Amino acid sequence: MKTVKRIAIEGNEAAALAFKQVNPDVVAAYPITPSTEVVQKFSEYVANGEVDTEFVPVESEHSAMSACIGAAAAGARVMTSTASQGLALMWEMLYIASALRLPIVMTVSNRALSAPINIHGDHSDAMGARDSGWIQIFSENVQEIYDNIFQAVKIAENPEVRLPVMVGYDGFITSHSEEIIEILDDEVVQSFIGKYKPAYSLLDVDNPISVGPLALTDSYFEFKVAQAYALENSLPIIKKVGKEYGDLTGRYYDVIEKYKMDGAEYVVVAMSSTVGTAREVVDALREKGLPVGLLKIRVFRPFPTEDIINALKDVKVVGILDRSMVPGSFGGPLYHEITSALYHFEKRPIAQPYVYGLGGRDITTQHIEKVFEELMEIAKKGKPNPLTYIGVRE
Amino acid sequence: MKLPGWKELVKTAPILPAGTSKEYKTGDWRTFRPEIDYNKCTTCMFCWLFCPDSAVKFDGTKVYIDYEYCKGCGLCAAECPVKAITMKEEEK
Amino acid sequence: MKDMLEIRWHARAGQGAKTASYLLAETAMEAGKYIQAFPEYGPERTGAPMKAYTRISDKPIRIHSQIYNPDVVVVLDKSLIGKVNILEGLPSEGIIIVNTTQTPKEVRAQLDISDRKIYTVDATGIALETIGRPIPNTPMLGALIKVVPIISLEDVLTQLKKKFEGRFKPEVIEGNLNAIKRAYEEVKEE
Repeated sequence: MKTVKRIAIEGNEAAALAFKQVNPDVVAAYPITPSTEVVQKFSEYVANGEVDTEFVPVESEHSAMSACIGAAAAGARVMTSTASQGLALMWEMLYIASALRLPIVMTVSNRALSAPINIHGDHSDAMGARDSGWIQIFSENVQEIYDNIFQAVKIAENPEVRLPVMVGYDGFITSHSEEIIEILDDEVVQSFIGKYKPAYSLLDVDNPISVGPLALTDSYFEFKVAQAYALENSLPIIKKVGKEYGDLTGRYYDVIEKYKMDGAEYVVVAMSSTVGTAREVVDALREKGLPVGLLKIRVFRPFPTEDIINALKDVKVVGILDRSMVPGSFGGPLYHEITSALYHFEKRPIAQPYVYGLGGRDITTQHIEKVFEELMEIAKKGKPNPLTYIGVRE
Repeated sequence: MKLPGWKELVKTAPILPAGTSKEYKTGDWRTFRPEIDYNKCTTCMFCWLFCPDSAVKFDGTKVYIDYEYCKGCGLCAAECPVKAITMKEEEK
Repeated sequence: MKDMLEIRWHARAGQGAKTASYLLAETAMEAGKYIQAFPEYGPERTGAPMKAYTRISDKPIRIHSQIYNPDVVVVLDKSLIGKVNILEGLPSEGIIIVNTTQTPKEVRAQLDISDRKIYTVDATGIALETIGRPIPNTPMLGALIKVVPIISLEDVLTQLKKKFEGRFKPEVIEGNLNAIKRAYEEVKEE
């Protein structure tokens, strides 16, 4: 009989606790709001001797990712944490981490990008890294941050995958919110993630390797297609790990979650903390007998195209909520991906683009109720409105 | 202060007129107020130098506290070599 | 009857509103409730007006927006009245608890309202006498759980000991426990 241990904890501290339970070989990090407490709390664990980790305090996020890459290439289990400008500064190294197929796990307390300077939550940072070849998982609440980190380690290190994973959660909204989570015993975590056996290691002197050689017109292309293939093929492994984690904890994870989608004609698509708020609205409208539903995108990279098509194909109107912009375009990143995926299907919903919550602007149940009202009007009209901003002053 | 709508910002970008921090009166953050005893004050200007908010002013003959901006940090009282400044709890 | 209790804390940064909002949430968790607690962050520093929030429910809490219609407003610093709108979104049956030496009647006159329930407690005075510092957060928590008996006094005292142990000296912890007990007894209703 195993007992369930519940604690009240903030998002960042839950991430640090998960790091501690993973007990990685190396953490190289540079603190930045709103992810600071991950590194701060973890460095306490290091100072107290509660982990065996080599903690590398670096002078910038670019160096942090560089050190992570070096350590991972040497065969270490490596983790780090950042946000916003920090992730932006890592940009060139992100591509190297994924292309070298290094299973680094990084939490990102998703935050707006400057200018103007803003410390609050939106997805601009992660969306700037969406083409970097990393697996991207988004967490709805504090429990999911904790759970996603263990799954991220297992996904990243799977011999078929060998790719870095970004675990995102909304800056301040989730990173600095205290909620109840169920935690696992250290031994349970260790047996779930297993011992890391790197496929290649710079320190394996009996099997010497070259890491990151020059590959010009004759072979660069093949490397990149092979990398993209590995990323696409991580999808079933992400699902498998989510199921294994569910068997262990009772908390099952898939790449998407269909919430009250049976018979739903009007559906909102969202990621991260907004999903929780939208659940309240869907429950209230369902009680009134309205055929509404919610589609949560948990994994953005690799994009779960098939799953999303199957979830949405019979829906009348879908409102796609993006917490970041693609300036000069007609919708946010999630809108682009979903509408492209649906393009070839004769039977597909009308898709309405929304951008909301930039720089941490709050999204309320009333905002989401209004979205559903608009989706019903759009159904009558038969065509979508232009890109709509939620909660911005004209 | 009325916050602008996006249409008003198209031509400006995140650039504001100079000196807008003047409109942000931080004096009400204060829980303790510095008070100067002019019988002791030697006008050595230490408080004026040390004030991190430039809330100690000089009118040409004496220093005085600008209570619209003084946050009540107490640095002036701590640095005053003749103990002419005392921190008094704000009336609630 | 809402199935969730929502509390908004008004304070100045440094008065411990975040700690109080978390302590309340953690105690409620120990009592089997679901909780969420979060401060509102800005660029401000010590002394600046700030807000913190606590949600307590019998069901899992999924909402992640701020609290716009609180059931209870706790004001840790009387001087905030008139500077920030402590009544914002507070329904007519809502509860206001203010840290002041004044009576609820005097606060009502200042707020110029005829509805809502007003309670007062001299939390700063209690804190100075028990803890030795003007930190009104724990006594305000004592007053709150008397007015809104969502959790027991005993549970709060136990949780405070657990949370503060190792972080503060025993006499500071003792002072806080006494502060909570006194405010629990001394909170005044109209």
